[in-house]
Amino acid sequence: IGTASPDSGVEERPKWDNKIQYLLTCIGFAVGLGNIWRFPYLCQIYGGGAFLIPYLIALVFEGLPLLYLELAIGQRLRMGSIGVWKSISPLLGGVGIASMIVSFLVSIFYNTIIAWVLWYFFHSFQNPLPWSQCPLNDNHTGYDVECEKSTSVNYFWYRQTLNITPDIETSGSLQWWLVICLASAWCVVYICFIKGIESMGKAVYVTATFPYLVLTIFLVRALTLPGATDGLVYLFTPDWEILKNPQVWLDAATQIFFSLSVAFGGLIAFSSYNSERNNCERDAVLVGVINSATSLYASISIFSILGFKATNAYNSCREDNILDLTNHFELSDQNMTLENYYQWYDYLNSTFPDEVASLPLKSCNLQTFLDQSASGTGLAFIVFTEAVMEMPGSQVWAILFFIMLLSLGLSSMFGNIEGVLTPMHDLKIVPKWIPNEVLTAIICLASFLMSLIFTLGSGNYWVEVFNGYVGSVPLLIIAFFEIIGVIYVYGMKNFSEDIYFMTGSRPNIYWKACWMVISPIMLLAVLIAYVGLQAQKHPTYPTWNPDYELFPQTQVKDYPDWVFAIILLLCIVPVISIPVVALYELICCKIQRSSARAEPSPYCNDGFVVETQEQNNQRF
Amino acid sequence: MLEKILILLCLSSALAEQPCKPDASDGYKVRLSIKTALGDEAYVWNENEMFLFRATLAFAMRSHLNGQEFDVSNIIVCDETPRVTFWFVVTSPLNTSGLVDKGVVEEAIRMSRNRINSAFLLTDKTLEFIGITPTLTAPVNPDTPPWLIVFGVVMGAVGAGIIVVLVSPLVLKKRKKNEETDEDEEETGVKAVENGSTREGVYNMSFSDDERLTQM
Repeated sequence: IGTASPDSGVEERPKWDNKIQYLLTCIGFAVGLGNIWRFPYLCQIYGGGAFLIPYLIALVFEGLPLLYLELAIGQRLRMGSIGVWKSISPLLGGVGIASMIVSFLVSIFYNTIIAWVLWYFFHSFQNPLPWSQCPLNDNHTGYDVECEKSTSVNYFWYRQTLNITPDIETSGSLQWWLVICLASAWCVVYICFIKGIESMGKAVYVTATFPYLVLTIFLVRALTLPGATDGLVYLFTPDWEILKNPQVWLDAATQIFFSLSVAFGGLIAFSSYNSERNNCERDAVLVGVINSATSLYASISIFSILGFKATNAYNSCREDNILDLTNHFELSDQNMTLENYYQWYDYLNSTFPDEVASLPLKSCNLQTFLDQSASGTGLAFIVFTEAVMEMPGSQVWAILFFIMLLSLGLSSMFGNIEGVLTPMHDLKIVPKWIPNEVLTAIICLASFLMSLIFTLGSGNYWVEVFNGYVGSVPLLIIAFFEIIGVIYVYGMKNFSEDIYFMTGSRPNIYWKACWMVISPIMLLAVLIAYVGLQAQKHPTYPTWNPDYELFPQTQVKDYPDWVFAIILLLCIVPVISIPVVALYELICCKIQRSSARAEPSPYCNDGFVVETQEQNNQRF
Repeated sequence: MLEKILILLCLSSALAEQPCKPDASDGYKVRLSIKTALGDEAYVWNENEMFLFRATLAFAMRSHLNGQEFDVSNIIVCDETPRVTFWFVVTSPLNTSGLVDKGVVEEAIRMSRNRINSAFLLTDKTLEFIGITPTLTAPVNPDTPPWLIVFGVVMGAVGAGIIVVLVSPLVLKKRKKNEETDEDEEETGVKAVENGSTREGVYNMSFSDDERLTQM
């Protein structure tokens, strides 16, 4: 398998216009929404600066080797994920099919998130922002009850956007506004993908670079807001004790793995369009380092803004107390301010302790507000929108933020869709007379119809199910088989020769050690730990239930059995193809071999073959 | 005699003070937060401002109860604090010792709330009548939700883009095909002309040169 099977001369493999397009596409695929809303959260809950240590270790020993492996194998064998694994060994064809299935399932729910971002983007063109006010109730005597109890931002997200049902069993109906947002999201993806990598390569100039511009703008803006430095200090203050907790190491390893978007097949597809002699080692290191640097940069921006938000909340908490005290004790207006709050409070508490105790004063602590962390959609659609409300010129910031999320999501979607389309070409199940544009349209339409599930009332719960289970365990298994397949089935020697052919130098001891020993062991450990932790308790999920006694807290419910069965299906169906295809090939191969022995081929002259073998033996 | 006058005076003053007291059943408490509202441009609360308040309130009562001529003297204020809070009661012009009902006062204030607020450059939040909740402004509901407009613009652009990208290669192909058929026609036409042309042929110079030579 030293020489790659060339494509038939009629159909030329598409190529990148230039190196920059390729790099930007890979970076765009790797840098996604998780860099914005997952990494800062992890940094925060795992002791700030101290989290960087397990994160960087995981990057060096797990992330970069896997990335380099995928880019190299794709570039050498010049096929999508199914073709590559079939070339290495027919028994490994299932790995490619697993990648394709996972890419398809992930692209379905990922585009739903883009649809939500589009919804918020469309609504950012209003003054005042729709999530800043509670709507009035039916007879205009007060505000809507659900909105009163929680906040206007929560209400806008849970009621006006999602119209969420109290649990996953109540499906509700299709929300028409989400359906049209979803349709527009798929149309945007389609127009970027219409000409394959020609159109996508041009779209990626914008989608991959725009987030950095917005992050910089936000950073500059946030650093001028009061309280930004509190947020940054809080984020980066290291808590070295946390390193003793094994959960931290597990989360760092999983974060780097999912962040780099390996095992989707998209990276293999992208590098297969490269010229054969491209330095993929440099590319891999570049993409990996830029991905982590982006996570760090994003967390600085995000945390400056969260620090500002926490300071605001702290100040308004104290101002509420000031108002209560001023009104009760009939002090002159503005006599008690934020600056002299504590002196006044001590004085009043010492002179009139009973009266002060009777007032409904809140305890205001900046740490508590900084501790309020959120990740995922909660960070983007609740916490950040609330922060944006308090910044002057909120519409501009909201629009910028949502365009940034849109770019990040789109560039990751490109990788997912590529992970579905290229294997379909490789499988050659599509008749030649169907042009590529039509095939892409069919895939987009099929995905759109399937993702209508996520526009139901219980859609958000389903997105969480897919996010938690499709995008985790199957990927770890696929990556493990990838590394075993390349290093042990294809052979480290063959792979080194290929890399020497492509880059002009053989991989050094670091890469070899990682590929042969460290990365597989790490992957296996992470997989076992991850599955073990998940299996320990019955999975639960938080629900938004207005009838809950402790509303607005989310009510934690168990997944019902049928949902649990679906979860198991989602984990198993992608990876089942690996053993199934292997078995199929084994059985087919055995049948072929036995049938070949039964019928002697007229072209197969055993005597001649034996002679040449003896000649070969004599020569060496 | 003097004692009787004194007792009468005391009684009358006591009676006069009776209507307005904190927690009066027909009175309201007012709270102003001038510094919060105006910051550096805050005015000092003094007797004149209080007079303006009583006059504004009398205006509100007049506007609500058409015909009854309320005067500044009908608004009685008491229990003023440095916070700038005070209680007030409204006496009826027809019966100076009788108080106007709480509900009526509330309605009057609700109707003219805006005018009262603007007389003092304050808002519903900084000029509070304790017990009278401000009527909430109904949210502006435009006929077409603005988000649909943005959606329409974006989707229109995307749809136009898709159609352009899909149709333009077909149009180009058609144009190419047309050009090719035109070229074919031209070639066949030229061939026909070539065959039937009588102007082809090389001009033979030898006959024209002969005359010159023979003249010698």
